[in-house]
Amino acid sequence: MMNTSILDEFRSIVGDHGVISSPEELHTYECDGLTNFRVLPRAVLLPSSTEQVQAILRVSHREKIPFVARGSGTGLSGGALPVENGIVLSLARMNRILEVDIPNARVVVEPGVINLDVTGRVQPQEYFYAPDPSSQSVCSIGGNVAENSGGAHCLKYGFTTTHVLGLEVVLPDGSLVHLGGKTLDTPGYDLTGVFVGSEGTLGVATKIILRIVKRPECVRTLLAAFPSTNEAGAAVSGIIALGMLPAAIEMMDNLAIQAAEAAVHANYPDCGGLLLVELDGPLAEVEALMTQVDEICRSNGAWEIRVAQSEAERALVWKGRKAAFAAVGRISPNYLVQDGVIPRTALPQVMSEIERLSKKNGLRVANVFHAGDGNLHPLVLYDRRIPGQEEAALALSMKILELCIAAGGSITGEHGVGEEKKCMMSKMFAEPDLATMQRVRCAFDPMQLSNPTKVFPTPRLCGEKPGEYVPHPLESAGLAERF
Amino acid sequence: MTPTSATLESNFRAVLGADQIRPATPADTVCGVQPQLALEPSTEQQLAEALGLANESKLAVLPRGGGTKLGWGNPPSRADVILSTARLNKVIEHAWADLTATVEAGCTIKALQETLAQHGQRLALDPLWPERATIGGILSTNDSGALRLRFGALRDLIIGVTIALPDGTLARSGGKVVKNVAGYDLPKLVTGALGTVGVITRAVFRLHPLPHHTRSFTISVSSPQEAQELILTIQDSKLAHVALQSHLCQETPPSIDILFEGTEAGLDAQAARLRALCQSAKFAQSSPAVWNARQELWSHSDSQHAPVAQVGPESRRTVSLAAFSFAIAKISALPADLAHTVGLIRGTADSSHLHWKSLMYATGLGWLALEGPANNLHRALSSLRSGLEQRQGSLVLLHRPAGLPTFDAWGSPGDSLPLMKAVRSRLDPFHTLNPSRFLYGL
Repeated sequence: MMNTSILDEFRSIVGDHGVISSPEELHTYECDGLTNFRVLPRAVLLPSSTEQVQAILRVSHREKIPFVARGSGTGLSGGALPVENGIVLSLARMNRILEVDIPNARVVVEPGVINLDVTGRVQPQEYFYAPDPSSQSVCSIGGNVAENSGGAHCLKYGFTTTHVLGLEVVLPDGSLVHLGGKTLDTPGYDLTGVFVGSEGTLGVATKIILRIVKRPECVRTLLAAFPSTNEAGAAVSGIIALGMLPAAIEMMDNLAIQAAEAAVHANYPDCGGLLLVELDGPLAEVEALMTQVDEICRSNGAWEIRVAQSEAERALVWKGRKAAFAAVGRISPNYLVQDGVIPRTALPQVMSEIERLSKKNGLRVANVFHAGDGNLHPLVLYDRRIPGQEEAALALSMKILELCIAAGGSITGEHGVGEEKKCMMSKMFAEPDLATMQRVRCAFDPMQLSNPTKVFPTPRLCGEKPGEYVPHPLESAGLAERF
Repeated sequence: MTPTSATLESNFRAVLGADQIRPATPADTVCGVQPQLALEPSTEQQLAEALGLANESKLAVLPRGGGTKLGWGNPPSRADVILSTARLNKVIEHAWADLTATVEAGCTIKALQETLAQHGQRLALDPLWPERATIGGILSTNDSGALRLRFGALRDLIIGVTIALPDGTLARSGGKVVKNVAGYDLPKLVTGALGTVGVITRAVFRLHPLPHHTRSFTISVSSPQEAQELILTIQDSKLAHVALQSHLCQETPPSIDILFEGTEAGLDAQAARLRALCQSAKFAQSSPAVWNARQELWSHSDSQHAPVAQVGPESRRTVSLAAFSFAIAKISALPADLAHTVGLIRGTADSSHLHWKSLMYATGLGWLALEGPANNLHRALSSLRSGLEQRQGSLVLLHRPAGLPTFDAWGSPGDSLPLMKAVRSRLDPFHTLNPSRFLYGL
């Protein structure tokens, strides 16, 4: 238990303005983007340097105080949910871009830097930072590293882990290590690869070396309307079978289209399955392939095909897609966002099973997919005021994840396990698998202080329920989007 | 068979058949150390159980795939048992419509690629000696070639793995889908770990389509500086090349190879654009054989695989021919440090009277063959490593010639060494697997 003298010690490290400990202020930090789990931490600390993070963790290690690192708090699985009697390390003040190295295509940042700001900085030289979670205008690189964030364009460009070459990490005992580096294949184990996506359970990243990518010569976005998601799915298979690797392939079902239309008027055709295909690369290549995509869509029953004719049109097409989660609020008082993955070929079968479950439970499910890589985001719609409906929605949402596991997929493609899905981990992995991961965790954090209650199942918490989707305030204000 | 190996054999008979156990022969020697037994389990469970038994008996186990890169790394401090994956050689599933494949560790790259090609797909990787190199071996050594520029390394292609731990646990992580963030990314931990955290028994990969058409070009330049400028210009352009390498050696001016994949129309357009970027530099379409250059570095060596250029008459005067040795190192530098790196190599080689030849990729990775007296090689390698490390790079010795004084193959992992040791000791507490072969005795 933390006493006042420890709080004073933290104050001596980060200054009075770096400590938040009054209950009313702590409420800001009681949850992340998954808002129905709430825990008040004992204190929130706002370090502004690696040395301060080290000093804090030395104290928490000595006193056995659990800690949770937090970036922008946009995570959707409760990864940044505080631990009772623990501290939260907000890295918001460590937000400097430390180095931009265009010839080597590297950028070095502190963890609090906002994803889109990296691209903003290298935009004049026509580079970009490829991982693009829809919260990219507000989410932090540190948070992206924790979650191994994806985005629509990871189909071609890869995930956060593909773009992180090195890390400076403060381990849970306060010691500092450098993993990876600006050059490739640094000697030793690829602990950078282990750390990325470890959801804050292995330590705190304080510097991140990123790889940036040159902007392609041209980008073309095609929108195709199909009678149902089955025909749209067949078109995706056709595209893959022809040997193409589009930058993104996205799909929405009718309910998701209705919601997006209601919210941002993207001018989507009213159809059963909408496909959005984006190709990028050299102009001649893209044009040749776009003709083929058009043909595949038509031969699979697309009754309307549009290619965005301007950057503004393209932006509108994406706006509708990226706003889809929040947009569902227009057609339902409450809803849950799920994040499962299936082998893409299982789509028709899993979709019809979702539809069956939806009918059986009397709950609507809107579907938004990263169709190219089989990442589903089913949105389970419900009304909390109707007794029993929330529980039914939660049960349905978990049932969908079980469908994903049964199809050979995963319980999370990009949102992370966090607090929300740790009980599903034992359905996806066998005990020896989880025990092996625990051994790795113990090498980094033998005292289990770093985000200790997340990712891995603990029986006492297994009855707890995942949460309803509540748009981030920035999202509601139209300042940010996500999917 | 010695009495010791007879006892050992009877131990392993609990999990393996008689035909799966044989006494080791000189052909099983690894870096001069000969084990007692060679085991060939046929299933993952058998492999895990055999490993567990060896671990219980405190035996040292050397995992082996095709045996093409057994010389990489430091010599083992102990070697009792060779654990071969030769019988775990199946492609378990090619989910071509999902662009994934599940394959056992002992399957050769060539066999995997042939299966994948039936549906126009590939593992987008160009490792050494594909006819013999196995999935487990390329993963453990993190071998990659020129295609890495576009498709990434094995760490970017592997999406799931099953490993046998020394205590006999068979553990899976990752999965069968390309996008998956559930649990720790242990496929990356075992990639490049030289078999020191567990024995890979199967892996799942994301695949890429085979290209419809490819075209290679070679550009001649006059100096490493010019090579660097042109490479950086190409990298900063909107060309969509998939590989870019430069040949640099003592005798001839540098040349650069570039590879494109795509449609005929796309390739024509890219070729025209490349021509414009090259300005006055000499430019010609080249044979796909230029992409064998990495493997050719080994082709004249003094062992089963090895290097390089003909030794010039001048240096022959200083030492006897018998004293000549070849070494091959993998070097890593910042991409924009190419000319500096070449300067470093040239300076070091010249002052040590060594011949050299190198192949550098636009990723900053490169392969260097050095030839000369063993003592000089040692001095040059140490000096090069130090020069590269000063600029955030590294040097890993791959081909170690006979007679080379003790030289650590790996170089420094910096302040992460204690953490690496902690990881190792959690997974392989008795250093059963490849003892002392990885860096700093890991």
